Amino acid sequence: MILFFKIAIQDIRTNRFLNAVTIITIALSILIVSALILFFVNANDYMNSWKKGIKIIAYLKPDIVEANLVDIKSKIQGVYGVAETDFISKEEAMKRLRKQIKRQSSLLDGLKDNPLPDAFEIRITEQSANSEKIENLAVQLESLPEIDDVEYGRKWIGRFVKVFELFKLTGYAMSGIFFIAAVFIVASTIRLVIYSRREEIEIMRLVGATDRFIKVPFYIEGIIQGALGGIIGLAALFATFIYISTNVEHGLSSDLLHVRFFSLRLSCTIMLCSMLVGWLGCFISLRQFLKE
Amino acid sequence: MIDKNNKSATILMFHVHKNYGSKKALIDINLDVSKNELLFITGPSGAGKSTLLKLLYLGEPVSEGQILIDGMNLSRISRKRIPLLRRKLGIIFQDYKLIPTKTVFDNVALVLEAMGKKRQFVQKKVNSMLRTVGMEKRFNAMPQSLSGGEQQRIAVARAVVGSPKIILADEPTGSLDSESACVIFDLLEGFHARGGTLLVATHDEKLIRKTGCKVIHLKEGRQISK
Repeated sequence: MILFFKIAIQDIRTNRFLNAVTIITIALSILIVSALILFFVNANDYMNSWKKGIKIIAYLKPDIVEANLVDIKSKIQGVYGVAETDFISKEEAMKRLRKQIKRQSSLLDGLKDNPLPDAFEIRITEQSANSEKIENLAVQLESLPEIDDVEYGRKWIGRFVKVFELFKLTGYAMSGIFFIAAVFIVASTIRLVIYSRREEIEIMRLVGATDRFIKVPFYIEGIIQGALGGIIGLAALFATFIYISTNVEHGLSSDLLHVRFFSLRLSCTIMLCSMLVGWLGCFISLRQFLKE
Repeated sequence: MIDKNNKSATILMFHVHKNYGSKKALIDINLDVSKNELLFITGPSGAGKSTLLKLLYLGEPVSEGQILIDGMNLSRISRKRIPLLRRKLGIIFQDYKLIPTKTVFDNVALVLEAMGKKRQFVQKKVNSMLRTVGMEKRFNAMPQSLSGGEQQRIAVARAVVGSPKIILADEPTGSLDSESACVIFDLLEGFHARGGTLLVATHDEKLIRKTGCKVIHLKEGRQISK
């Protein structure tokens, strides 16, 4: 193995230009794919924070007395998918309504009685944040005898969840397509390297070298190229990220948009993928070349 | 007449033909070369000398007929076993075929490294081989910095370093001056004297007369004398 490493390092040194071209190709591919992944990671975070904000309002029947509220609350919290419950009294609801309609709040002055019902504001768990589960949860809440009606943005949630799922799927598909494209671009570049060294490979074969002996240094070269390309690609992305996030976060409220870079684990995964791209590019090119 | 059961023969060729499309490069070649034999293949340019050697190291497949080398039937050899065949052979080319990006030492060491020999052994054997061909001081030189004669000496060292049973030399002195040609041939004779089998394709009549060994003459792909 030491010998193969020695040969690989020597080959990288002697074929500097073509190796640099391959490394830059890998770096650009990694930069594009990881920029896409970074966008999806942040978009995913943003969507998750939206999901956490989904609420269900359960209106209580008018004849419920205050003494039963604790019992009703524990019944609601016993329903699967409920994360938190907050009691909103009819007085509190009126206050909120007045606040919401501000200028038109004088319209409410003519009311003799408060027509708003007491209610529970229910936050759901993250796992239950899809339209089917929310609907099931609403049905269960409605079946409680103390509850008059349940309200949630049925249509809005349905659409939102579908868009979110589509968004995720698009992310996976695009990353996959870019990964495959990167492999083929790298394979073509490596084919150029191999083609420039065809005479050397032919001589190696003539002196009795096995295909394995020829291939292994190329594979090591591919992995080294992949690692270097990955480091350059990720470093370029990090620099761009720092530049953009500093400017964007200055311009926008940090509550609205908080962006983050890859975790160490995800960075390592991208590096491994980059090495895999280098190796796979070599594998495809060599397989074709040695067959000829 | 060729005897297929001739166990002492290192190389056997039976009714070998080689065609390139409609062009017949070799026609009905029959040959047996015994162990430790020195055989010259002569003929004018385009007679088929290089093609014959190419068939022996499987640089080209035969179109018809059979070739046996040290018991290996080349028509039936699997792709995986071709390197094993080539390790039994040392090949010398007129254009040397040294790897331009590797040093003299690395070019010679390549054969032993491909055989999976240990580093210390490779070091020792290559140094001794470079001493034999008088190139020990140029071990770190790149091939393009050497003269034609020097490059061919490295090519001989590379061919011999793996202790092959047979050496196939294709016009080994073809592009050299007479002094360098003598040095190269002396090296090849040294290999032959140590028990190796040697096939030399050449049209250097002086060389053939000097040794007085067996000669095969080819003309337009046919074997016209032995």
